[in-house]
Amino acid sequence: MAASPRDRTTPVVFVVLGILGAAFVALPLVGLITRAPWSRAGEILSEDSSRAALRLSIEVSLLAAGIDLLLGMPLAWLLARKSFAGRTLLRGLVVLPLVMPPVVAGVALLAALGRRGLVGGWLDRTFDLQITFTTGAAVLATAFVSFPLVVLSVEAGLRALDPRLEAAAATMGASRATILRRVTLPLLAPQIVAGVVLAWARALGEFGATLMFAGNLAGRTQTLPLAVFQLSQTDPQGATVLALSLVIVSLGVIVALRRRFLST
Amino acid sequence: MTLDVDVLVERDGFTLEAAFAAESGQTVAVLGPNGSGKSTLVAALAGLAEIRRGRVTLGEQVLNDGATALPPERRPIGVMFQDLLLFPHLSAITNVAFPLRSRGVAKAEAHRRAGELLDRFELMSRAHARPGALSGGEAQRVALARALVAEPELLLLDEPTSSLDVGARARFRSLLAETLRSFGGVRILVTHDPVEAMTLADRLVLLEGGRVSQVGSPEDFRRAPRTPYAADVVGVNLFDGRLEPIEAGAGRLVTGAGELTVAWPTVRVGAIDDVRAILRPADVSLHVTRPEGSARNVFRGRIAEVAVEGERARVRLATRPPVVAEITLGSVRRLGLREGEEVWASFKAVEVRLLLPSEDSTGTLAG
Repeated sequence: MAASPRDRTTPVVFVVLGILGAAFVALPLVGLITRAPWSRAGEILSEDSSRAALRLSIEVSLLAAGIDLLLGMPLAWLLARKSFAGRTLLRGLVVLPLVMPPVVAGVALLAALGRRGLVGGWLDRTFDLQITFTTGAAVLATAFVSFPLVVLSVEAGLRALDPRLEAAAATMGASRATILRRVTLPLLAPQIVAGVVLAWARALGEFGATLMFAGNLAGRTQTLPLAVFQLSQTDPQGATVLALSLVIVSLGVIVALRRRFLST
Repeated sequence: MTLDVDVLVERDGFTLEAAFAAESGQTVAVLGPNGSGKSTLVAALAGLAEIRRGRVTLGEQVLNDGATALPPERRPIGVMFQDLLLFPHLSAITNVAFPLRSRGVAKAEAHRRAGELLDRFELMSRAHARPGALSGGEAQRVALARALVAEPELLLLDEPTSSLDVGARARFRSLLAETLRSFGGVRILVTHDPVEAMTLADRLVLLEGGRVSQVGSPEDFRRAPRTPYAADVVGVNLFDGRLEPIEAGAGRLVTGAGELTVAWPTVRVGAIDDVRAILRPADVSLHVTRPEGSARNVFRGRIAEVAVEGERARVRLATRPPVVAEITLGSVRRLGLREGEEVWASFKAVEVRLLLPSEDSTGTLAG
């Protein structure tokens, strides 16, 4: 096939740097694969602590993504569709967990929901309810750091959606609930799925905030990233196997969904 | 059934004040240039724009009364939108079935009725295509079917042909004419296209600058257009000015942009203000050299525009007063007329029809 004019003008420097960039992303993965002690892989993965950590990670990340979706969609709708005082400020605030160092997020969560925290103290006194160092705390910590991904994605989707389509549906006798169910949500589906998948992947890999807010209790708050860190202290090679299992889970989901929703 | 509209709508800093009525079995065209308030009127009738004051009734049903409004989903209206607004995620047949489904018709029944309409519009083979895969003409027909499917009492067509190319437009227009004829309810056709309005409508409501400037049948408009835009719509020359006698049987109409000689209306004596005169473009002759003959009105001016319509051409002249002539395409070639060149125009005084102030509304007084 003859080269198109655009191909001919591709600067060599872009090609070189592009290849370097790809290598930069791929190299650590290749390192993991080549350095992993494959002979011990089955043994490491079948250990109770590993399996508990993997199961907990999946549970915690799915719950976190669910919370993100439940609270993120209405907030995205308000930000995209309603104009109110402080909207710009709120939009900035929503992004904060994304740019905040996760450890700082953990400290902030402690200050708010810890036993002596703003709300946590009240919960403790009134209901004798402690959140910190529970599985719930791990869920909250991961939901917190991944929350902006759902809001940003859905809000962008809503802004791109032509509101006249919803108005047109109203003239066809559709109630607000029908419009939401048959027009708005189906049209937003790609952004909703993209937001939730990214939030879930972020939650799955969460480390700092979870460690600070939920601790590192095997079977209760020790998610896979924490288990990887702990194992790396005593058995660095074994940690690579555990790390790989995390990579495979997230990569698998992203690749499966990318074809359908995250079209590039 | 009658649609009775008398409203004041304020939207995005624009004010629309419109009052007119439309009977079922009649096609009423709301015609106006861009920015005349057509889309505001569509939104108001559909229940999508708030009405500042006024009343809209459809038969016995009150759609708007002062501040209270029937919400759009409870109005018995079928709208075909200017940009169609087909749901991009639904197939053609699901789009057409939508108004039935949202009014509680079971899926099978809704799709059966949607299918019947698609069949009538020769679209059955495209029933399962998404709007993005439809051609312009196909999408237009799907949108029309969707407006009709729930058998509304008011059919509201907003610029139904504006997004089509010329060939597709002609084809769609004949389907539109047929559909309008067979639709028993109130039919409102909103358009900026005079040809569409004049050919499809029984009555015209002319909108200019947010106000109704004239209401009447196409024949009324041809006989007595009330504004320069109305004259433009029906393709006649319109002159406004003061009529002064010059000699027995003849007068001079002094307009803001030049004078013309007209036959004196026998019933009146002395100068008359606010006289309107109409001249058919076909009565204007064009010449390369100064014409000799009985024509009292002879002007020389630059050709501003030559617009060809079929075998005829409308030639717009920058004379004083400005005049539009209609001649055959053969004459354009024979005279070698080109935009920007100077040409002579002539017409007889008796061909200018006068509308005197008191007769303005009935508009019949030939010279």
